[in-house]
Amino acid sequence: MKLTINGQEIARDVAQHHTLLEFLRDDIGLTGTKECCAEGECGACTVLLDGKAINSCLVLAAEADGSIVTTIEGLEKDGQLDPLQQAFIDKGAVQCGFCIPGMIMAAKYLLQENSNPTEAEIKQGLAGNLCRCAGYSRIIDAVREASGGRK
Amino acid sequence: MAESKWVGQSLGRVGGEDRVTGRQKFAADLRIDNTLQVKFVTVDCARARIIAVHTEAAAAVEGVRCILTAADLPQPVPKCGPAYDDRPVIAVGETRFHGEPVVAVAAETEDAAERAASLVRIEYEELPPVLTVEAALDPASPLVQDHLKSNVLSEHHFGWGDVAAAHADCVIENDYTFPMVTHFAIEPHAFIAAPDPDGITIWSPIQHPYVLRRVVATALGWPVARVRIIAPDPGGGFGGKGWPKVEPLLAFLALRVGRPVRYVMSLEETFQAVRRASAKVHARTGFDATGRIVFQDLEANFLIGAYADIGPRVVSKASYSACGPYRAQNARVVSRALLSHTTPSTAFRGFGTPQASWAVESQLNEAADRLGLDRVEIRRRNVPDKDEEFIPNETGADGNWREALEKAAAAIAWETPLGPNQGRGISLGLKSSSTASASFALVRLHHDGSASVLSGTSDMGQGARTVFTQIVADELGIAPDRIVVVMGDTSVVPFDSSTSASRSTVFMGNAIIKACEHVRSQLAEIATELGTDPELPHETLLRAYYGSARGEVIGLGSARSAYVAGHPLGGKSAFWEMMAAAAEVEVDPETGMVDIRKLVLVSDIGKALNPMQVETQDEGSAVMGLGHTLMEHLILDDHGRIRNLGALDYRIPTIEDIPAQLHSFLIENGDGPGPSGAKGAGEGGLLSIAAAVGSAINQAVGVAIRDLPITPERIWQAIQKEQTHGRQ
Repeated sequence: MKLTINGQEIARDVAQHHTLLEFLRDDIGLTGTKECCAEGECGACTVLLDGKAINSCLVLAAEADGSIVTTIEGLEKDGQLDPLQQAFIDKGAVQCGFCIPGMIMAAKYLLQENSNPTEAEIKQGLAGNLCRCAGYSRIIDAVREASGGRK
Repeated sequence: MAESKWVGQSLGRVGGEDRVTGRQKFAADLRIDNTLQVKFVTVDCARARIIAVHTEAAAAVEGVRCILTAADLPQPVPKCGPAYDDRPVIAVGETRFHGEPVVAVAAETEDAAERAASLVRIEYEELPPVLTVEAALDPASPLVQDHLKSNVLSEHHFGWGDVAAAHADCVIENDYTFPMVTHFAIEPHAFIAAPDPDGITIWSPIQHPYVLRRVVATALGWPVARVRIIAPDPGGGFGGKGWPKVEPLLAFLALRVGRPVRYVMSLEETFQAVRRASAKVHARTGFDATGRIVFQDLEANFLIGAYADIGPRVVSKASYSACGPYRAQNARVVSRALLSHTTPSTAFRGFGTPQASWAVESQLNEAADRLGLDRVEIRRRNVPDKDEEFIPNETGADGNWREALEKAAAAIAWETPLGPNQGRGISLGLKSSSTASASFALVRLHHDGSASVLSGTSDMGQGARTVFTQIVADELGIAPDRIVVVMGDTSVVPFDSSTSASRSTVFMGNAIIKACEHVRSQLAEIATELGTDPELPHETLLRAYYGSARGEVIGLGSARSAYVAGHPLGGKSAFWEMMAAAAEVEVDPETGMVDIRKLVLVSDIGKALNPMQVETQDEGSAVMGLGHTLMEHLILDDHGRIRNLGALDYRIPTIEDIPAQLHSFLIENGDGPGPSGAKGAGEGGLLSIAAAVGSAINQAVGVAIRDLPITPERIWQAIQKEQTHGRQ
């Protein structure tokens, strides 16, 4: 199959039963996307598929044929962190960090669809992303900061 | 020490950038050439007699390199564990919990390993399991470990005074239960074991690399020097990654195949590998008419799993200080670690204290109501003064704990009126810290004036790398970006007992300060020898001393808390981790749904070396506490299988479950034994969340629920029962 990942075209054979998550992590070595529950409940494996946030553990790699995929590795531009990445650091939203790639990708999609979300909208947008370290409130602060947004 | 420029500041997390870019390599992200993938085969019940294992079909799968059973291991099969050597490397003859490995398969790919594992056929006969406190205490029940006389693995007695002779004006007596819950770190437990010329190297996201080294060496019958542990920063630990589990089995497997082997646990397998001990606490508490505690009479039965793991230590440590941050004139605590055919319980943030606190704090609320006292006031009357000995011959109250109580009450606006179906609760928590333990640190001041810190602590999100960087930056006057903290490799970093009991800031922090002092004293000697100004930049001084060949200065520091022979825990608590929590809730009586309007936390921490990190630890800890308070519990079926196995059916708090307002406050009186007067932090946040929330629910809708979690269903049923009762 052929697809574009973080702006790079990739052509590979893929096992028909492998998920997009397995393809990213095991076949092409992009381990920034994380696996936890493998059943679409934790959000650790969130990536953008044709601009939409999806759980890459629930999508077969073959389904992504011809698609454009953005992973956490694709957010930095010219060595500059994405404002969301910087805000997560600055606001203390990162602890162990394992859920953070998925969390940031879900937040990326949220801000893409709604540039100035309310707290309730942030919560709704990140409801599918589990974090076990945080009280979540700093994550909300970080998304709000990145949106340049209102209090 | 030098001036405090960095310590006390909220320096951004060291490693933060790697964690927001996906560059951070967690254990499951590591790839080593020539590695075989491993799957385990288990039986579909907790307790079974293994009759035969048929591996022919599995062995025929292309790419399978090894199918290992107990018969392939040294005989008798080695047993190991962090405290008791009671867990066989792989099940021998009988399984003792659902998920215990019976067969291990190693293959060239995960697909092949999975396919082969599915083709292994285990013939077994299911046997009746022991799954509850009641069953474990029943002498007629089967033995979990048949060489023992009963399922009581350990029984502990603590106390003082004479409870039987004490006179109380008011006695409150109740049973409380605390559920089995699982750690649910988002990072899976992932391991690689690889033979090497010196022996073996094991990669594991372990909190205590030196414990893992000892346990693996013991299992193999090797000197520890031949075992190297590399512990990548864990993606959340919470105690679940503290103690070795399957690493000894992987070590044998790797040595057998002569190649690296890799095993990544699924979340479901993790549920079957680690959990908190459930507990049933019978509490009888006596008060005088003014609300002072005359006696605490507690019987705590902790249901640990099939093997000891660190369970007996959890039980003894939690019950030793179960009476909480209060004066009790008389106390009698009996606690037991009960074996059962369930997942071995292990350390879990709070280390048994939340189970005891739930009972003891709830008792205080009921007594306050009975005596016509305010629930803050009854605590005010029983909290010890600073330095007061509240457990005989033990470290006294090392903080102004009443200050924490008052601050929490003020922050929740305790005295202000509430709306209908609203309530407030307050609760204190107290946990004993590290007792006998030791930490060593090396600080290497390099020729260009940069420095490396070598520490056996694991940074699992608490931010140890950041705090250690801040300490060295101040001690040696170096910018943080010229300091690197090296962790996790036992062939590189010196010994450390563990990353547990909130001990690292205090013990490793002190060891690092001593290592820096050692560096400074050597620099002073060098300056004296050269007859130059000791305040010269390090780089200049070292260049003048070593010349163009370069060199460095290495400082060694250590810190330990003394082993005390005869002390019930092996030593006095180095400090107390004390917190106050207050909650304001609104309950919908029609549905039993609880809305946490506000949750405040006050931690007595001596000194925050990095305030943002302490606050975020406390907040995260509190939300984790809301999990076991309101929603989390592992449910077993009659076969000892977890019915809600996995993220779909076992709910942890999401971003939508957090309190509308969550505030963390710190009390910093510089009265701890750590750097700048710090005490440990990070567990405190969850110690007494359950009782604070339970008390608020009780005030809101008038029902007293003594079984966690306080689910909407339980609240609704309690309200219905109360109404029915009221009508009769």
